[in-house]
Amino acid sequence: MNILMTGISGRFGRRVASRLSRKHHIIGVDPRKCPALPKRIEHHHHDIRHRPVENLFRRNKIDAVIHLGTVHNFRISPKKLYERNVMGTEVLLKHVSKYNVGKLVLLSSGDVYGPMPTNSHYITEEAPLMATQRFPEIRTMVAVDRAVQTFFWKHPDIETVILRPAHIVGPHVRNAPSNYLRLKMIPRLMGFDPIVQLLAESDLIAMLEDSLRSGIRGILNVAGTEPLPLSRIFHVLGKPTLPVPYSLFKLALGKMWQYRMTAFPAPELDHIRFHAVLDTTLAKKTLGVSPELDLYDILAPFRLH
Amino acid sequence: MDFVVALAKWFELIGKIPGELGSLSASPELKARVDRIPTRLGAHGVDAFGFNPESLKCAVGLGAWFYEHYFRCDTYGVNNIPDGRCFVIANHSGQLPFDGAMLSMAAFLERDPPRFLRSMVERFVPSLPFVSTFLTRCGQILGTPENCRRLLENGEAILVFPEGVRGLNKTWEHRYRLQRFGQGFMRLALETNTPIVPAAVIGAEEQAPSLFNAKALGNLLGLPAVPITPTFPLVPGLGMLPYPTKYRIYFGEPMTFNGNADDEDAAVLDRVQEVHARIQTMIDDGLAKRKNVFW
Repeated sequence: MNILMTGISGRFGRRVASRLSRKHHIIGVDPRKCPALPKRIEHHHHDIRHRPVENLFRRNKIDAVIHLGTVHNFRISPKKLYERNVMGTEVLLKHVSKYNVGKLVLLSSGDVYGPMPTNSHYITEEAPLMATQRFPEIRTMVAVDRAVQTFFWKHPDIETVILRPAHIVGPHVRNAPSNYLRLKMIPRLMGFDPIVQLLAESDLIAMLEDSLRSGIRGILNVAGTEPLPLSRIFHVLGKPTLPVPYSLFKLALGKMWQYRMTAFPAPELDHIRFHAVLDTTLAKKTLGVSPELDLYDILAPFRLH
Repeated sequence: MDFVVALAKWFELIGKIPGELGSLSASPELKARVDRIPTRLGAHGVDAFGFNPESLKCAVGLGAWFYEHYFRCDTYGVNNIPDGRCFVIANHSGQLPFDGAMLSMAAFLERDPPRFLRSMVERFVPSLPFVSTFLTRCGQILGTPENCRRLLENGEAILVFPEGVRGLNKTWEHRYRLQRFGQGFMRLALETNTPIVPAAVIGAEEQAPSLFNAKALGNLLGLPAVPITPTFPLVPGLGMLPYPTKYRIYFGEPMTFNGNADDEDAAVLDRVQEVHARIQTMIDDGLAKRKNVFW
């Protein structure tokens, strides 16, 4: 199978590509350099919006597209984020329909629902995407998810899969939840202990691979662990935690963000404040793989030695 | 950094105190009762909605003390609560929701095997520190229809006050007159074929007679109501405590309803009215039997 992958130079993209390249021919598209890729993986240094990318579709018979190339860095200007994420995705979707690609997989995020005080305890795939209400900077990620959803309805002949994973953690990824667990001393919100879910990067890769199977389509919430209290994670980690009142934490984090002293935007505090439990019933029924790592395995790389 | 670690350790110790105190206040018999509550716990000690019986053990001591010694509750017909899923629908009164806690304690202490009534909390609760966590661990979750549906599917007993704050914060001249009922519970009951246990609480109205509701002040503070009682806000702090009235709690026979859950409002409201009337009758009967408010 010829698979075109965006975002191949990211830490997670690289691992997905290496794993899939055992069975498939991978054509990677990413403007960033990536020295560590195996030789058998093609890597083209282009922005998805650029013309040479269309040539890749023209010259190869692409069977599937995996779209990992959304930018999550909220330091980038809103204009750039819009261009890279929303416009990039629109161009990619055009190619997919024009060149009869049979499969499209988008790695979206469970964050698009947004942790809200008014959420029902379990969030199903039909739940409205409310993330922008409390965290406007996330809007391009929601827009990408919506664009692919629309595409899914417009092109019933193309198998479109949108994966909305819970917090992805792993030794190789550098996203907010993993970085949070990496802290030596973990600040937490005083008086809040929400129910959360984690998903190991390796399990997500297996799920991505499985979603390439023919017949799988639709929007799927995916998670690794059972829903569990955040305090349980701290307990297993064995790290000291410092309770900080919400208002103080928000103020301090906002200031630190402003002076570039932290990688966490203040609205992300909602993730350690409110429950946001994804209902993964549909994914369990649809996907042929189930998570292999349990809480202890997932947290092992983050524990103090 | 050492200082911060020390501070964290200190906070950790402080944080354990309420739990330990709560745990001490509950007798071994109470804790054994908690263990008999039917639950569906996952691998991490909590059920699908964050309920943790170990946390409940820290709270039942205080709850049982209020039930037995403060409000000296008399409970009738507790075995009308069935084993499977059910709604317990009750009148709401008393400015602060002690009636909810006492109904839960009644089902927990008097019924055999004990049941734990789950109740649904208001939308502002998840934003409150400590309160939100404590209520979640004790099995209370946000009142959305979706949450309720799932709890019923799990076979839980759910306590609902269809009057909401209309009942809780009504003023003295409206005492023991049921306010307008919402219809959400009836639609869910029809949809999931859930029996409804009507319940009446006598005694909660007199725990905090509201002479006047300062609505303008409430709007200013973002509160649903600011009741002016004989002692609040005249006596600061302690004035908020409920008066030690005697509670009488009646559970009626389960009512079952059939019909289309998506029916017209009028059709659903007819059935709601039936429950409303039954509870009003139970309240009136209970009041007629009562000799004194305090004993």
